[in-house]
Amino acid sequence: MIRRAVAYLDRGTGASPLLRKTLRYAFPDHWSFLLGEVALYAFIVLVGTGIYLTLFFEPSLAKTTYNGVYAPLRGMEMSQAYKSVVDISYERNAGLLFRQTHHWAADVFVAAVILHLMRVFFTGAFRRPRTLIWTIGLLMLFTSLLEGYLGYSMVDDLLSGMGLAIGYGVALSMPIIGGNLALAIWGGQFPGVHAFESRMYIAHVLIFPALIATLIVLHLALVMRHHHTQFRMSPRATERRVIGLPAFPAQTPRSLGLMLAVAAVLFLLGGLVQINPIWQWGPYQVAQGTNGAQPDWYLGWLIGALRLVPGFDLTIGDYTLVGNPFWGGALFPLVVLLVLLAVPAAERRLTRDGSTHNLADRPRDAPGRTAFGMAFLTWVSLIFVAGSADRMYVFLGLSYEGQIWFYRVASLVLPFVAYFVTRRVCLALQEAERIDAERELAEAEAAAARLPAS
Amino acid sequence: MRRLAVVLVALAAAAAPAQAQPPAGVARPANETALSPIDLGAALYAGNCSTCHGVAGRGTPDRAPSLRDAGAQAADFYLRTGYMPLNHPDEQPKRGRVEFSERELRALIAYVASLGNGPPIPTPHPQRGSLNEGLRLFTSHCAGCHQIAGQGGVVTGARVPPLDQATATQIAEAVRTGPYLMPRFSDREITPSQLDSLVRYVQLTQHPQDRGGWGIGNLGPFPEGMITWLLAAVVLIATCMVIGRRLGS
Repeated sequence: MIRRAVAYLDRGTGASPLLRKTLRYAFPDHWSFLLGEVALYAFIVLVGTGIYLTLFFEPSLAKTTYNGVYAPLRGMEMSQAYKSVVDISYERNAGLLFRQTHHWAADVFVAAVILHLMRVFFTGAFRRPRTLIWTIGLLMLFTSLLEGYLGYSMVDDLLSGMGLAIGYGVALSMPIIGGNLALAIWGGQFPGVHAFESRMYIAHVLIFPALIATLIVLHLALVMRHHHTQFRMSPRATERRVIGLPAFPAQTPRSLGLMLAVAAVLFLLGGLVQINPIWQWGPYQVAQGTNGAQPDWYLGWLIGALRLVPGFDLTIGDYTLVGNPFWGGALFPLVVLLVLLAVPAAERRLTRDGSTHNLADRPRDAPGRTAFGMAFLTWVSLIFVAGSADRMYVFLGLSYEGQIWFYRVASLVLPFVAYFVTRRVCLALQEAERIDAERELAEAEAAAARLPAS
Repeated sequence: MRRLAVVLVALAAAAAPAQAQPPAGVARPANETALSPIDLGAALYAGNCSTCHGVAGRGTPDRAPSLRDAGAQAADFYLRTGYMPLNHPDEQPKRGRVEFSERELRALIAYVASLGNGPPIPTPHPQRGSLNEGLRLFTSHCAGCHQIAGQGGVVTGARVPPLDQATATQIAEAVRTGPYLMPRFSDREITPSQLDSLVRYVQLTQHPQDRGGWGIGNLGPFPEGMITWLLAAVVLIATCMVIGRRLGS
């Protein structure tokens, strides 16, 4: 019976060669290759929980009066969108569990993507023939940042309204096109026309997820095509031969286990740790705000950059050519994206090595790349941490202005320090290995020399 | 005249221990239990307040404001929150241990009230207030500095205190007095019934009707990011390391 069904499918689809190839795909044997899988499974949780949430979310800015079970908001005027999310949190079966899991999954998804990106960078896995995989991954990351921003922005609570106000400011600050760009997206002056909510909604639940899913498929198809890189862990692993565990039966239970573990962590967080309690923030009205407002962590680097850039606009007479938010809110992420996109080509030029590489470097094997990576990471991280200067002031009493000046200087100086320190460490590790290898060789020779004598 | 004499006696009494002790703590008259409340208040004022606020609450230019019209409202707020006395006149007052006893507090507040025609201690009725009006008013008037869930924050030149320990009376006093950099709100800006709603809302933030598990400080994305990296990412990396370990090799 089963055999006949399988034979029917096989004849109908001609899938068996592909399936055989998939099942025999050899997985590299190192835990860091699983980080990308964590991101993939977080994405699956995002889609699953997201579908559930769309059943109840109302993407509408039409006004309504709340009369639900959360007493503090009763009798308050608010948008349908905000009300529907309060209802999801308080009145829909498992609504809050799914909402919180969805939000935690978003936070963890981006974290996993960045860890995965760091693994790929520091092992040189972006080199030929995998440069396109690297490019697609970066596009996915930046699409995901926008996707997450839209997700918490369309709720229309106090924090999301403040976040959109900043987004509007950044859009307006773009040189020349700024005013028209903001008008095109918002449909009018901030907070925008009612259609703006529908635009965010359709982008968040259809356009961006479809785009990310397509990029994931491409990303994975290209990984299948070019194979993972592998560490030189066994002498049998070479640039031309792949050593690893076959997808079936060895890797499949591992991957399934990891998927269940990721889902478990996300649902545990969703059930046990509160995230974005929008009923506490209240609905948004223009010109309102709260102290300590922050974006979700994966946009914290942009807030940090907005805070660090000194206050100035580029003006010609009365015409503002470039508004201040442009530098931190648009130029900075653009520079980060462009630098990362340029990494494979830049390394080819600098090392004059355009050949293909299937063996992963250890970070110490390429001191220049590793040092540059650490410097770049230090730069972005310092700007990211600067985004939390207000909370550091509240918690630790460190002067806010003092911190801003510290980060301004540190973000320019410490990357160079990181570069030189990392380089030295890499070279020292290489040296230590060389000495070890020489000693082992000498000891082996000595042992060999003693043998005939005895 | 008699009051001045008491002040001078108390000043002399306070001067010696003040030098022997560290600046923290308060100076008390030696014969405290024997003094009538009004004399006790005057003595405590002389020993703990007059250095900055001047004799009879006249104030000192560039140092401390006059207390002539502060009234019991401000005195009650500053003393019962531990904002006063300050160790240094230019530091920001912050909530701390109240060093005075209840009898001393009453005496000192009554003394400051007697200096002029200041407002009395307000009596808010939070049970009469409405929560949604409170939230709306708090968002418009307070959240910009105190954070929407009353967790405090930062403004130029000051640290905004969290409201988790504020009593109903203290909230009303702060709204009417405007301590330190906080603006003062008159009866016309925030009516007494609106004040009731505000107080009720702040009390809600002290005991939020919460859902969804551990509130991680009710601060929003900042602690959420910490959980993402310090908890979720660490657990998942550890999971990868366990799963990725090759068994039996």
